[in-house]
Amino acid sequence: MSRYEAVIGLEVHAQLRTKSKIFCSCSTAFGMEPNENVCAVCSGMPGVLPVLNEKVVEYAAKMGLAVGCRVNAASVFARKNYFYPDLPKGYQISQFETPICEHGHLAVTVDGSEKVVGITRIHMEEDAGKNIHSATENASFVDLNRTGVPLIEIVSEPDMRSAEEAVAYLKALRSILVYLGICDGNMEEGSFRCDANVSLRPFGQAELGTRAELKNMNSFRHVQKAIEYEIERQADLLDDGQAVIQETRLYNVDKGVTASMRGKEEAHDYRYFPDPDLVPLVVTDAQLAAWAAELPELPVARRDRFVSQYGLTPKDADVLTAERDVADYFEETARLCNEPKKAANWIMSELLRELNQAALTAAACPLPPAHLARLVTLVESGKISGKIGKQIFPEIFAQGLDPETYVDQKGLSQISDSLALESAVDRVLADNPDEVAAYKAGKTKLMGFFVGQIMKATKGQANPALVNELLGKKLA
Amino acid sequence: MSHELCSLSLTAVRDLLRSGEITAVSATRTCLARIAATEPKLHAVLHLAADAALAEAARLDAAGPDPDKRLWGVPVLVKDAICTKGLPTTCGSKILENFVPFYDATAVAGLKAAGAVILGKTNMDEFAMGSSTENSAYQTTANPWDVAKVPGGSSGGSAAAVSSGQCFGALGTDTGGSIRQPASFCGIVGIKPTYGRVSRYGLVAYGSSLDQIGPMTRTVEDAAAMLTAIAGHDPKDSTSAPEATPDYEADLAAWAGKGDLAGVRLGLPDEYWGEGVDAEVLDCCRAAVDAARGLGAEVVRVSLPHTPYAVATYYIVAMAEASSNLARFDGVRYGYRDASATDLAGLYELSRAKGFGPEVQRRIVIGTYVLSAGYYDAYYRKAAQVRRLIRQDFLDAFASCDVIVGPTSPFAAFGIAEKTEDPLQMYLSDIFTISLNLAGLPGMSIPVGLGAKSAMPVGLQLFGPAFGETRLLCTAKAVMDAVRPPMVPRGI
Amino acid sequence: MDVSPEFAAKIATLARLRLDADKLERFAGQMGDILKYMETLAAVDTTGVEPLYGPVAHVSPTRPDEVVRTCTRDEVLHNAPETDGRFFIVPKIV
Repeated sequence: MSRYEAVIGLEVHAQLRTKSKIFCSCSTAFGMEPNENVCAVCSGMPGVLPVLNEKVVEYAAKMGLAVGCRVNAASVFARKNYFYPDLPKGYQISQFETPICEHGHLAVTVDGSEKVVGITRIHMEEDAGKNIHSATENASFVDLNRTGVPLIEIVSEPDMRSAEEAVAYLKALRSILVYLGICDGNMEEGSFRCDANVSLRPFGQAELGTRAELKNMNSFRHVQKAIEYEIERQADLLDDGQAVIQETRLYNVDKGVTASMRGKEEAHDYRYFPDPDLVPLVVTDAQLAAWAAELPELPVARRDRFVSQYGLTPKDADVLTAERDVADYFEETARLCNEPKKAANWIMSELLRELNQAALTAAACPLPPAHLARLVTLVESGKISGKIGKQIFPEIFAQGLDPETYVDQKGLSQISDSLALESAVDRVLADNPDEVAAYKAGKTKLMGFFVGQIMKATKGQANPALVNELLGKKLA
Repeated sequence: MSHELCSLSLTAVRDLLRSGEITAVSATRTCLARIAATEPKLHAVLHLAADAALAEAARLDAAGPDPDKRLWGVPVLVKDAICTKGLPTTCGSKILENFVPFYDATAVAGLKAAGAVILGKTNMDEFAMGSSTENSAYQTTANPWDVAKVPGGSSGGSAAAVSSGQCFGALGTDTGGSIRQPASFCGIVGIKPTYGRVSRYGLVAYGSSLDQIGPMTRTVEDAAAMLTAIAGHDPKDSTSAPEATPDYEADLAAWAGKGDLAGVRLGLPDEYWGEGVDAEVLDCCRAAVDAARGLGAEVVRVSLPHTPYAVATYYIVAMAEASSNLARFDGVRYGYRDASATDLAGLYELSRAKGFGPEVQRRIVIGTYVLSAGYYDAYYRKAAQVRRLIRQDFLDAFASCDVIVGPTSPFAAFGIAEKTEDPLQMYLSDIFTISLNLAGLPGMSIPVGLGAKSAMPVGLQLFGPAFGETRLLCTAKAVMDAVRPPMVPRGI
Repeated sequence: MDVSPEFAAKIATLARLRLDADKLERFAGQMGDILKYMETLAAVDTTGVEPLYGPVAHVSPTRPDEVVRTCTRDEVLHNAPETDGRFFIVPKIV
């Protein structure tokens, strides 16, 4: 396998967060009753015509600006012709020869080194509907609610050389979309979808090998596994002197393999031509300037700022800026407790774990930043120990509790009163004369034993520094 | 009611309705009676909405005449390619049998807002593909001047209905001459407006970059009134023109006081006045040009040098667009579904094979071919390039003239079933009408007399620059007033 | 170009038309004639001519991103050959 270089290009479809569809005024709301978000236009009734949603143009252009694309002054919508029950007009309105954005790039970091992935184009198009297949009858049911929901397709250059690079690129792309507020980035619900073109060639060869197109990957993990599998499969074929066939392959989640769609898919001839129902879309310099001014701080810039402003390591800054919601959460917490590094640690070690387990985004976090800030302050001021803080975290997270009230109610404040602690220390030493003798004879490892006993006696609330200090004095 | 009322112009009847001399119900009944009397021979109407029309007329009468409504109480018909809410819209095709839209075309909404009473829908070549109305899946419409002859097409039902007095005006659609050629065959007035002047929303698309809805009437004033009711910007049609819409009727009336054509330069393209045109057609058209000259018009020679390529260009563009536009007729959401289909391929292939007629299928197949991989550049892209040259021909010609004139069709109406065998020969007869659609410019056909040999109506065509409808209307009125062509058909 | 019935059949399938042998035979001949006629365009010098795909002079009409409900589901489904009142129904897609 090491004799071959993998060449990977990705096509990403991102569903735009507009209120209405791309060419009609139907709602894009998810989870409606079938065919409730449908009108004459998106159901392809005879005689109806599309009118472009201005927000779709703005969002597509903003994505282009965010990844350094040239935004074309004029772009053209084209019809992609094919028959399928979820495609009411018998063609999808997309862009072909002249997309809205071209020639961008995105830098990603893999294993500490930076990699620049070229972005060929970004174009606008409409989504298809949904066919539901009956298990019992000879029937499929067509729901057009999703028909006409706006998408942008982001096509990369074949610049990636490993599954890791592909996933890093995808994560970076998704992060930007979410930062821009133009896509919710949900892979499972299909609002962020990816197809991968994978081919191999001997190292040093300029010419590309025959590629397979991989589909049906609904998570970053799937993308990683599918590409890894496909690279191995193609390497085996080439090793055996066999040819790779240009085809579409579906990733099988259960088996972890890719399988050919052969037979299910006929050769397509999409017969693209400019859609005569839509006129060329012109984007003016003034519009572009206004949209550029509205761009938020993007992940890379924010990461750099986190390093310089808060003194975080680049790695931590990467973790915290990957999701806009997390970065916002961090900045608010850091502002309130004025302990950015500690806040960062709490978020990375505790908060992200809990969010992950509860399958929540930071925006939906039950524990507000103010409460986490207070927890940081409680620990840093010595009112509770770090250990107690970690112990109570799951509960205050789940309930969204104020940690200060919680600590007071449960009597969890750290014992920092040396008189109170001294009696506990005395009692432990008195109860363990043999160990005291052994310690004094040189078995200094027993220090840990004494600390443990004292912590046990104080239910973990003893201030560890003070315990050490007292023990040192008493055992001297 | 009397037959005479039926032969009045739309504007004359409108004035009688406005003054209360006749009621909307009586006007509607008159037309319904005329339809009942003539339909056994004509077959111009596909769907008659007698009850709905009478109810609407009664509602208008109850409210009383409204002088702000340009077509108040006037009974009209609508070509079946144009969607009418609650009224069947079949495009003359089996594949849309029983289809009832839940929306009105913007042009239909315009008629209704102007107070018109919609009597029903007129016959047409299936999906507007044809020049004789013989390609209707339902019936063959006869020419009111001679029922053994075709009314032209594809708006043949509307032309026959207006000519025979079944209504005072009708909507047609024109993709390559489908308003002008039947208007010429039936001896009436028809306008193809500038592309974008009348909304295409609700017009079942044939060639989207060519299609326009327009009025078909018996007088130029009527056409102006009807055009004013349906023209204008429509936010539901992205190709709808943002230019302000004049009151064509008022502008024409203001000009009519002047009456002459002094200072108007009529351009006669060499390519339209020579070979391949029947002598009787040339004679009638020349007489009309002479009449215009008599009114002070200056006649100049112009050239539209790419005319020989117009038919090929037009059919590539129209068929390509049609192949895509007609993909939505798949038996899934509406229209004909073949009952024997048990799988998806069968659903599509059988429904479309049995639902579409042969001419439609032919155009879909050729249109599919010219867009397919490997052929696109040689056909579709090439045609789009020649299209620009054809449009440039017009722009150049308008540098030296104000209105271009020529015959609408090389010949007068031909016999039913006379030309159905050779599709290419049928396409070639569209030579004088299609360039205008490729260029997106306005044109109209007016009757200029009967052919000496056939005794059938001959039409003269007038072309104007973009949004030059007013100029066309004024010139047309002057010529028609001077020529005074016979208007009452002898065939029924 | 000359069009064989097999080629006509291939294009017809792309257009989802199942035509019988007689019709394909006839279509192939007519298609050949028509395409041959269309090929006369090759004689026109179009070097450097920008294609004109439509006659519209204006650009970019757009609409605001607002939700307006224009019809009911019953209206949308009203003309369907087969429906259960919620979905359009087609033969099972395998």
